[in-house]
Amino acid sequence: MAETGRLTIPAASRPWLWPVTALRIAIITAVLVAWEALAASGLLYRDVVPSLAAIGKALFNLLTVPDMPVHIDLDLRVVHIDWRLTIPAIYWHLYSTFYEIAVGMVIGCLSGLVVGIAIGGSRLLRRAYEPLIYYLGPCPKIIFFPVMIMWFGVGPGSKIAMGAISCFFPVALNAAGGMREIDQVLIRVGRSFRANTWQMVTKIYLPAMRHPIINGVRLGLGVCLIGTLLAETKLSNRGVGFLVIQAYSLFNMPLMYALLIVLFVIAIGANALIGRFGGLDDIKSR
Amino acid sequence: MSTLAITRARWFPAVLGIGSFAAAILVVELLIRVGLINRFIVPMPSEILRAFPRVIVEEHVLWRFLVTAAEAFSASILVTVFGVAGGVLLYQFRLLRAATETWVAAVAAAPLVLIYPLYLVIFGRNATTIVMMGFTAGLAPVILKTLEGLAGTRRVLINVGRSFNLTHSQQFWKILFPAALPTIFVGTRLGLIFALINIVGVEFLINFGGLGQLINELAERYDLPGTYAAITFVILVSICVFLLTERLERWLRPVD
Repeated sequence: MAETGRLTIPAASRPWLWPVTALRIAIITAVLVAWEALAASGLLYRDVVPSLAAIGKALFNLLTVPDMPVHIDLDLRVVHIDWRLTIPAIYWHLYSTFYEIAVGMVIGCLSGLVVGIAIGGSRLLRRAYEPLIYYLGPCPKIIFFPVMIMWFGVGPGSKIAMGAISCFFPVALNAAGGMREIDQVLIRVGRSFRANTWQMVTKIYLPAMRHPIINGVRLGLGVCLIGTLLAETKLSNRGVGFLVIQAYSLFNMPLMYALLIVLFVIAIGANALIGRFGGLDDIKSR
Repeated sequence: MSTLAITRARWFPAVLGIGSFAAAILVVELLIRVGLINRFIVPMPSEILRAFPRVIVEEHVLWRFLVTAAEAFSASILVTVFGVAGGVLLYQFRLLRAATETWVAAVAAAPLVLIYPLYLVIFGRNATTIVMMGFTAGLAPVILKTLEGLAGTRRVLINVGRSFNLTHSQQFWKILFPAALPTIFVGTRLGLIFALINIVGVEFLINFGGLGQLINELAERYDLPGTYAAITFVILVSICVFLLTERLERWLRPVD
């Protein structure tokens, strides 16, 4: 029986390095060399552009050098855990920031989803309230921070509130848009089965709106991250935002660069993860 | 007029939206007067209304608005020039586009505003930091949208240009650029909105500049009605800018 295989490029004609990869490596190398040259030249103020070695060392110290004692005391009836550890402080600050972002995301996404479904499901509500959300969405949310401090205090509460407010608008707008675009046949099928509101939401609306909602959550995560971290830079004593502004206050530039690298890697990684596991890649490839 | 006829009237949704917003404000006023909401945490809406003339006159809102507008204008010029040039560059050099388009998209998704302490060190606590922050935040969408607009030019238009033996420059200025202009404007609009958000945000964070600084100053003075009035003013300005750019976009894309 004739066998058909995948068309492959013969090994002899396959380039050792694809031009795109080669160009990427060339760009990265050029940037690193230019950076190092700028650091060595002293054209900018001393330490504003630290050497790559200094940034690397700061990043290594930030992630590996234990400098913060932690006491874990858990009584689980069966077993009592009493650990005294010393960990790198960044992990505690990352935990604080993640906690604020996670709670902010849950509040913002849930409220955005409820409002989005309500607005998207009713023509009257949509025409009455969608313009309010649509036009409030692009406002700079950080201006609400003084109000959030008054309402929720200077602790994590105000940062969670900032994250929730930031996240609410993209989720609500995307959910409303997704709700509008649901195939009417699906809704009629649900009604013909006499599905109640909860069943309609969980069995028809949410599965049909999966992609717009994930898109909204992805957008929401980005702005939630920004809102929470900016709030931490303004007024806080914990979190990665606080560490960044502390590095600025102490003029510890290698540490600041190291923190920014950590933040950008986390933000871009989280964004890519939501896109991949949420099935957004499927839409693009269709 | 029956209830059904009222709810179907064209004006009813707008009245419902504005009316329920006004009703919510009245409820808050009532709850504060009754004492259920602490007036030292949430000022009465009537106090906020009374604070408007004071904030406008004593805090020089117009001047601050002009400062923020000038910063936003400078940033949007930079964003447009460098963003469109970057998009054209990526379009012209396919290899460069293949190598860097995903990077530009990743930068667009990154929380760039967090590098403001770095800009404070490099440029100092002045308007340059604010403008550069707006520029940095708005650049990536303009590059991506310019690229999208140029790459999305219909093949038939390009073939028409070729049949007329247009030079490379003529092909760009007579065919590609006009065809991509609406999409480029969408990118510029996004860039301007991103820039404005970041400019007001950084003004607030570094306590320098126009409207953002006003909110920070009033909050630090614990002038609650003034703070709320200033926040309302910034929201109104943002909505006006958003509406204006939206109208311009519609004017450029009448077919949609």
